[in-house]
Amino acid sequence: MSDDRARILNGIRRSLKRGALDGTAREAVEARLASPPAGPAVARARLPQADKVALFCQWAEANNATVARVAAADVPGEVAAFLARNNLPAQAAMAPSAELEGYDWASQKMLGLRRGAGRGSDQVSITGAFAGIAETGTIVTASGADHPVTLNLLPDTHIVILREGDVVSGYEDVWARLRQRYGKDRMPRTVNTLTGPSRTGDIEQAMELGAHGPRRMHIVVVRA
Amino acid sequence: MHSTAHDFKDNVSEALTDSNLQSSLAMLKVGFSERRRQAAERLPEFEALRDAARDIKNHALANLDFYLEEFERKVTGLGGHVHWAPTAEDARRIIAELCQSVGARTVAKSKSMVAEEIALNEHLEKLGIAPIETDLGEYIIQLRHEPPSHIIAPAVHLTKDQVADTFLEHHSPLGFTKRLTERNDLVAEARYVLRQKFLDADVGLTGANFLVAETGSSMLVTNEGNADLSNTLPKMHIVLASIEKVIPTLEDAAILLRVLARSATGQESSAYTTLNTGPKREGDPDGPSAYHVVILDNGRSAVLGTEMQDMLRCIRCGACMNHCPVYGAIGGHAYGWVYPGPIGAVLTPQLLGVEEAGNLPNASTFCGRCESVCPVRIPLPGLMRHWREREFEKHLQPKAVRQGLALWSFVARRPKLYRRLTGLANRMLALFGRADGRYRSLPLASGWTRYRDFPAPPPGGTFHQQWARHGGARTRP
Repeated sequence: MSDDRARILNGIRRSLKRGALDGTAREAVEARLASPPAGPAVARARLPQADKVALFCQWAEANNATVARVAAADVPGEVAAFLARNNLPAQAAMAPSAELEGYDWASQKMLGLRRGAGRGSDQVSITGAFAGIAETGTIVTASGADHPVTLNLLPDTHIVILREGDVVSGYEDVWARLRQRYGKDRMPRTVNTLTGPSRTGDIEQAMELGAHGPRRMHIVVVRA
Repeated sequence: MHSTAHDFKDNVSEALTDSNLQSSLAMLKVGFSERRRQAAERLPEFEALRDAARDIKNHALANLDFYLEEFERKVTGLGGHVHWAPTAEDARRIIAELCQSVGARTVAKSKSMVAEEIALNEHLEKLGIAPIETDLGEYIIQLRHEPPSHIIAPAVHLTKDQVADTFLEHHSPLGFTKRLTERNDLVAEARYVLRQKFLDADVGLTGANFLVAETGSSMLVTNEGNADLSNTLPKMHIVLASIEKVIPTLEDAAILLRVLARSATGQESSAYTTLNTGPKREGDPDGPSAYHVVILDNGRSAVLGTEMQDMLRCIRCGACMNHCPVYGAIGGHAYGWVYPGPIGAVLTPQLLGVEEAGNLPNASTFCGRCESVCPVRIPLPGLMRHWREREFEKHLQPKAVRQGLALWSFVARRPKLYRRLTGLANRMLALFGRADGRYRSLPLASGWTRYRDFPAPPPGGTFHQQWARHGGARTRP
């Protein structure tokens, strides 16, 4: 209801003892919105690319994910080996993305892949990643035809294929990439940042893995 | 949620003798607060980030109308809807109508303190719509028909054994007839039970940690992934957020996120941080087809521009309660409403009135730990002091307290009289004997000595007398 809208906005203005922003005050706020000031830089992730990747792997493991670093040709093999090592079925729901199709999945005869969104019964999913954040070992994904969000959430085990070149320092670099890919005013429906598997501290403040999302996260970092 | 803040003193007496509560609270002293300290030490920029976080929220509050309009413009441009709710009643009505518009029978809810504030669950239940809390802590207390006792760990007052009993009682009809003893088994059972409810829910309702004006995104921070299932599986996603949640840009969000998780649980980052922007797009294989944001005021706009404005910076991390000796002794339920601890002692009198909640800000030693850990540097003791002044002005304290304070201020403003009286009191105390260094009982002080000994003043006279005797003088550097 527009009356309610006006009531709230006018209430704010009355309390702030001014009308709607105009003139130079409005210009200043619009300028800040257009080019936001950078906050205090976090030094630990301002590194050359190779060190950034190493820092990413270190933090991802600290967050209870597992990490394997392989060449592109070895990605399907690593996925199959990971499933075997953990006694998981050689079946997975995979994101229908051109990037993932670039790997030679046919080389793994025993691996059964279904392309599409996640289902409640899926045990394993395989997805790409929009970026990796070195500062905290965080995976970033962007929703779209090539990345169903349900694959991040429903299966017990989430395998992420991350290219070394997609590892960035911090959130700020992710925002820049998002604006570049989607435009400044366009965001995909969902941007997930995933820092290790799902967890909860709700019983006696002790962290337990696998609350609602995946219990296991395996990140395959692909050498450039 | 019905408030019992006016019964604060009775609530406290009950809490202090609740042994399950006391053993849960003992864990708080070494849990979140110790992990927060370690996380802060690991990040050299932490203090600078706190300053920046404070400045961002101050800037957003000073331009709140602009950023809310900007947020609305972006959401609408992407096919989402923004609803404005001046009061709790408006928000309840809007959400109920949205649920009814899709014939919803169940709503998967992700923990939202604002939803608690407006008593949403009771309202939906009355209309025959079942709200299902999906955050593990919220789920546990929903089964037990209890309110949350902490803003980020709603079941922190419970022990593992109490959770085990609750699950056995409620999950037995579903075939889970074994009483569990391990935490991970309890988590797994809740996961299994709730998974089907997620898949069946018609509407997903979440709160928001931040609303980003630049992109029209709502931002959610969780560890469990329940908020993400809530905003992905059902056909409608409703976001409920209060006006002060809006921030300008994604850059600002990056700074706030860095202080939020570290202050809350001591994690470098929570497991899930999610930006939701509008409904599903053409070609998206999943996601809700409708996206609504309900923006609630409920008295907040009136706080702007007042000396209490600082409370609106709060990002609901819970650090103030994790570090509060009073919260640590009595837990969250004693505060009687949605927001406990120091931030509750400041917010509740604002939202419910000082008549209802005037006792909460009195429950502080002003030790200052809350302010020293607040990621957005809210001067919580100062704000509590403000409420004490309002309470005094409104003549809300008992007569004996008011008269005592009046007498005190009369004497305190007359230094000669003050010295004479304190000297007299000191000699009187000597008459009652101070050999033990403490008194088991004292006239006029039974309220104190009934529970503990009263410390005896050291020999040698009052401070003023000793100062004079030792030739005390101001020394200048």
